Amino acid sequence: MSDINYRKISMDGLWNNNPATVQILGLCPLLAVTGTVVNALGLGLATLVVLMGSNICVSLIRHYVTDAVRLPAFVMIIAAMVTVIEMLMQAFTFELYEILGIFIPLIVTNCTVLGRADAFASKNPVLPAAVDGFMMGVGFLVILLILGGMRELVGQGTLFTNMQLLFGPMAADWQLNVIENYGGFLLAILPPGAFLGLGLIIAGKNVIDKRLKDIQKAKAVDEPKVSRRVRTTGKVS
Amino acid sequence: MPLISSTSPHTTVSSNTGAFMRQVIYATLPGLAVLTWQFGWGSVINVLWAVAVAVGSEALFLKARGRNIAFYLKDYSAVVTAVLLGLALPPTAPWWLTLVGVSFAIVVAKQLYGGLGMNPFNPAMVGYVLLLISFPVAMTQWIAPGEAPSFAQSWQLFTGQLPVDGLSGATPLDTFRTLHSSGAGNESELAGHGILHGEFAGLGWEWVNLAFLIGGLYLISRKIITWHIPAGFLAGLALPSLVAWLIDPVRFADPLFHLFSGGAMLGAFFIATDPVSAATSRIGRLVYAALIGGMIWVIRSFGGYPDAVAFSVLLLNLSAPFIDYYTQPRTYGHDKPNRGANSAKGGGS
Repeated sequence: MSDINYRKISMDGLWNNNPATVQILGLCPLLAVTGTVVNALGLGLATLVVLMGSNICVSLIRHYVTDAVRLPAFVMIIAAMVTVIEMLMQAFTFELYEILGIFIPLIVTNCTVLGRADAFASKNPVLPAAVDGFMMGVGFLVILLILGGMRELVGQGTLFTNMQLLFGPMAADWQLNVIENYGGFLLAILPPGAFLGLGLIIAGKNVIDKRLKDIQKAKAVDEPKVSRRVRTTGKVS
Repeated sequence: MPLISSTSPHTTVSSNTGAFMRQVIYATLPGLAVLTWQFGWGSVINVLWAVAVAVGSEALFLKARGRNIAFYLKDYSAVVTAVLLGLALPPTAPWWLTLVGVSFAIVVAKQLYGGLGMNPFNPAMVGYVLLLISFPVAMTQWIAPGEAPSFAQSWQLFTGQLPVDGLSGATPLDTFRTLHSSGAGNESELAGHGILHGEFAGLGWEWVNLAFLIGGLYLISRKIITWHIPAGFLAGLALPSLVAWLIDPVRFADPLFHLFSGGAMLGAFFIATDPVSAATSRIGRLVYAALIGGMIWVIRSFGGYPDAVAFSVLLLNLSAPFIDYYTQPRTYGHDKPNRGANSAKGGGS
């Protein structure tokens, strides 16, 4: 197929069909582990790798798996990918692995992963499938990071705390105390804060979309019309 | 002169939202006065500051939503929300606490849902619960009844210059809870706590609740609210507490203590009666309010919080559409009410 549009695949993953803000998929990890930036980054990267890996594998076997058994086959692939990631995290970022806990194995149930496998990877060659997985993963990661940043900032008044969990001892002093002597705002750390934060992010995205649409409309109006005469018969050329 | 040909009813009443809301505000004045007498000027400062924040944030968001600011501010609904939340907050509340709670109530619980009439939850209680969950320490520091601080002290509490520790004391509900959560409550211990034994209920709080009861009766007499919600609320709180108290008077507080403690009367007459978030039919309102009362008794007696008006009201706000679905009144011209699963079939005619 030569009509693969990588630009469109990328824009879909990052913005137009973003898993978190448009498809509203994978809410369980999205809402549960975004208390701090480092948790969000850890889970976002794990999901990104799983998404890419499962998309590539599904795309590779797409001609050999019949429709009737495709979903069990996809789930097996995703589960295998998640197990690999889980073991890697256990080996290299043990503390973060402990903090994220059940939400790493739960990546298996993230609807985005199965959704992309079924909707895109099973119908496209390997390279577009990999790009789609990567871009969807990045789109998800970015929303996780924004939400994690918002909740950490409002909840504890800090940013990038405990980054050594992911980047080793040299990251220990990356913590930014944005607000000194902050008393803490528990609601932002608790689940309601995640729902409110995600709602605000989605609302923000819709506002930007509306502005862009209005600008395009304004541009379209500015363009000179081909014919200004009123035609009652025939077509306007 | 044009001939007006309108259908019945031909008599009209003033249905000016602002006038109704102002009556609600006047009716809270006795309660505010007694709160000031018992706990100092903190409540007055809270209410005034809350009103300022509410009007400011409401105006800001009406502007952002492109609405007519003056028209919507004149319905006084933001002021009522602010007054109710200001009364519910402890008189020791610092300025930022009120600011966060009131602006959240107006912006998130009301304006984001579409303004007055569209909010599924009582905005004042959403603000209260937000604060109670986020700042549990600041939200539970009441002043010991009758030991009202001076105006200067209240002002310093408000600005945060004076630490609250030296002035705060437990409320009757706190005291009762602490006695029983340790499992050590017995008759002599109960008698030893003076705060539990005022003239007829908890010290100080009995007068606060009596004042809100008087204000509430005024609202009923002016037909601002109907009797259904307060009656259902108080019965729902009194009945289970009466039964439990008859069974074990040491473990459970008596009904009068429940009715005249904490936010019971404020909740029954001013908060549960919010027409937007309550159930709508008469039977529905009785059920709705009785469940709020019962929920308050359950949480006070077995839950983790000393008082529960806000949680109970929010839970039943959530259930109000469900209650309405099963309590629709009979429509004129139909034999049977068109309610519940029947409504899908078009009801009995």
